[in-house]
Amino acid sequence: MAEFRLPKNSRVIRGKHFKDPGDGDPRTVHVYRWDPDAGGNPRIDSYDVDMRECGPMVLDILIRIKNAIDSTLTFRRSCREGICGSCAMNINGVNTLACIAPVDDLRGDIRIYPLPHMSVIKDLVSDMSQFYAQYASVKPWLQSDSPTTDQERLQSESDREKLDGLYECILCACCSTSCPSYWWNGDRYLGPAALLQAYRWIADSRDDAAGERLDELDDAFKLYRCHTIMNCTNTCPKGLNPARAISEIKKSIHARK
Amino acid sequence: MNRRPLSPHLQIYRPQLTSVLSILHRGTGIVIAVGSLLTAAWLLAVATGAEAFNVASCLVNSIPGKVLVLAWSACTAYHLCNGIRHLAWDAGFGFELHQVYLTGRLVLVGTILITAGAWLA
Repeated sequence: MAEFRLPKNSRVIRGKHFKDPGDGDPRTVHVYRWDPDAGGNPRIDSYDVDMRECGPMVLDILIRIKNAIDSTLTFRRSCREGICGSCAMNINGVNTLACIAPVDDLRGDIRIYPLPHMSVIKDLVSDMSQFYAQYASVKPWLQSDSPTTDQERLQSESDREKLDGLYECILCACCSTSCPSYWWNGDRYLGPAALLQAYRWIADSRDDAAGERLDELDDAFKLYRCHTIMNCTNTCPKGLNPARAISEIKKSIHARK
Repeated sequence: MNRRPLSPHLQIYRPQLTSVLSILHRGTGIVIAVGSLLTAAWLLAVATGAEAFNVASCLVNSIPGKVLVLAWSACTAYHLCNGIRHLAWDAGFGFELHQVYLTGRLVLVGTILITAGAWLA
């Protein structure tokens, strides 16, 4: 049975309020904080951020806080252009990449949480090991029966097109952690990201293991905990459609029965 | 080392048409199931005789009874409309986000029209 309430140690309490040393055009940002060394319950700290000293994206706000206001704030970031997936987090109630989320699109105070229903390592950094293990479980590599040669494995243009909308996935986990079904059954349901990746190989004309891949996925939990809620597609910062990929897997399994 | 907290989920995720219609589908399904038991009870009363039928019909025509039947018919209408939407998805249609929002709104309009039609006709 799904547990809808947060465990006792995870309930969020009110934290501290910080002011930016600069005083121009302040914007209030509420950020989820938890320090493994201090322990206790997670808290929400508030920061008045000087927007004149700050870049246009939500990630710039976090960097401004860390540089000028509170250096203890911990978050993941790398590419700052939406291709690495490190800064995936929940901003004003929806999962997205902080680096490509313009501050101007958000109204009022900004609320920043880690990806939902994840084990928190520190502040906005959550433990991705289960998510990556699920990705590994779909064997995300080419399995071909044809012998290796000195040449590339060729593909027609139309076969290549079938991978569009799949290969762009950066495994940021925004979709999986937006999915209520993944929240309640994440231990057994693979979630939209891993399933989209699985379909990326099923759809690949160069791969010969589609049969075994479908056998592996034909499971009440791994695949069929998807109830077409569509939060995944709604939230994908890359504009991909995991729900459709999952539907294609379901259709492929049905077609061969 | 302190035990790690679980990050907030339902508490903070913004309700949106996708998730709200989905949980409504499940909720209305449960209401319909319970309502069908009540319908069976009403049919039993009809079959038992005039006295039982009078009691049942009093209950159904009372204000709370009418509210319940109205809610039940609205749930049935919603579950029917959204069920068709799910059938389209199962067949592989309607996955574009704009289609998801369009069909979602159509389901809501359809629910109102069917419920109103059933009560006003």
